[in-house]
Amino acid sequence: MLRQIGAIVAKDLAAELHTREIVSAMLVFATMAILIFSFALDLRGASGRAAAPGVLWTTIAFSGTLGLSRSLAREQQNGGLSGLLLAVEERSVIFFGKAAGSFVLMLLVVVVLLPLGSVLLNVNLLRPDIAGVMVLGTVGYAAVGTLLAAIAVNTRAREVMLPILALPVLVPLLIAAVQATAGLLEGMVPVDSWIRMLVVYDLVMIAVGVVTFEYVVEG
Amino acid sequence: MSVESRESQVATRVYEVGGKTKASGWDWALGLLSSVAFLVALAMVFGYAPREATMGEIQRIFYFHVASAWVGFFGFSVTFVAGILYLVRSQRRWDILGLSSAEVGLAFITMAVVTGSLWAGPVWGTYWTWEPRLTISAVQLLLYVAYVMLRASTANEERIARFAAVYGIVAFVTVPLSWFAIRWWRTIHPEIVSSEGMGLAPPMRMTLFVSVAAFTLLYAALLRQRMRLESARDRLTAAQGRLAPEEW
Repeated sequence: MLRQIGAIVAKDLAAELHTREIVSAMLVFATMAILIFSFALDLRGASGRAAAPGVLWTTIAFSGTLGLSRSLAREQQNGGLSGLLLAVEERSVIFFGKAAGSFVLMLLVVVVLLPLGSVLLNVNLLRPDIAGVMVLGTVGYAAVGTLLAAIAVNTRAREVMLPILALPVLVPLLIAAVQATAGLLEGMVPVDSWIRMLVVYDLVMIAVGVVTFEYVVEG
Repeated sequence: MSVESRESQVATRVYEVGGKTKASGWDWALGLLSSVAFLVALAMVFGYAPREATMGEIQRIFYFHVASAWVGFFGFSVTFVAGILYLVRSQRRWDILGLSSAEVGLAFITMAVVTGSLWAGPVWGTYWTWEPRLTISAVQLLLYVAYVMLRASTANEERIARFAAVYGIVAFVTVPLSWFAIRWWRTIHPEIVSSEGMGLAPPMRMTLFVSVAAFTLLYAALLRQRMRLESARDRLTAAQGRLAPEEW
């Protein structure tokens, strides 16, 4: 099973390495989002530091929907999903594979976003504990996003549908991630309960995804 | 085979698959019951429940606000259960139940958000506060607006039924998670306006109880009508398909 998941992830990354369209689009979008936030909210000095967690996670949330709908749309355009369905009997393996692939792509964006945000927002985001929060948040995001993107690509509105479906479901994740990041930056507030919230969210959404994914891709 | 007998055959098939389309005694009874219950609830809200000491008359919106929020949440939990049943059994009637309950629930949760905001205005001096209960209603509103938009987004009936069932499950699972997140978020920050910490006087509790009952009856009545409408639509589609296949 792990081998199959690994194969799907490797396939996704190879395709991405070939075209680079998803990661580059997400990166450019994320950079522009941070710039627009800076202009719109006048983020200089202390206000930049205070707004950093919110700006960071909003940027991840929006650029994530961009990447996820591309990732599933690519699968659908080339008939890749039918191929996957034929090749892999266990639907949950496909779910894990696609989610892990999206997770890696989003992580690449986060890796660029953290130093960029550190410079533009004047905070130090390059810390292992903040990176941990980023990973936890991205895991849940990838799980929810993969399930809902598989739904959204089969609707008429497609790219428009994914954020509408995903963002309200991501509300608890975003609250917890922003609060955890902010708490770590301030350094005084305990963040254990937010970390726990993120872990619970991740586990619940992975479970829901594993159970329901087969009903989304069938037929 | 004559047209009539073919049509009746289609009709019976859909009848089995989709559910009832004719108004039964239950429909009339529920409509009547909820009307009566509403009149009683109104009379109690304005006549029986005492005037709240600090908030005054505006507090009377509380009875309908809480009742509609409860019914909205109840409607979404029915959609959740119907979604699971649909995925397990793939029977159209569970899909009809889920879709009807979500739409009716959406109407009630909208009412809860609007009445909550109207209540907050005079009492807290602002029409919107991020009070946990109000916020969770707003989140539910967004979730089920998305549900309804998803339902409208493709013509493939069987596929959309599966998608909606899955989304109904995901959305419902989100509600308690959001609730805890919102509550912690609001309690970590200083709480400026504390909401209902008030113990309810017995007449108030009685009035709230009757309002909740009236709203639940109305929910049941609306739900049945919505399900009947959907079944009638199924019947129409089936009849159109049989009568003039070349045109459709």
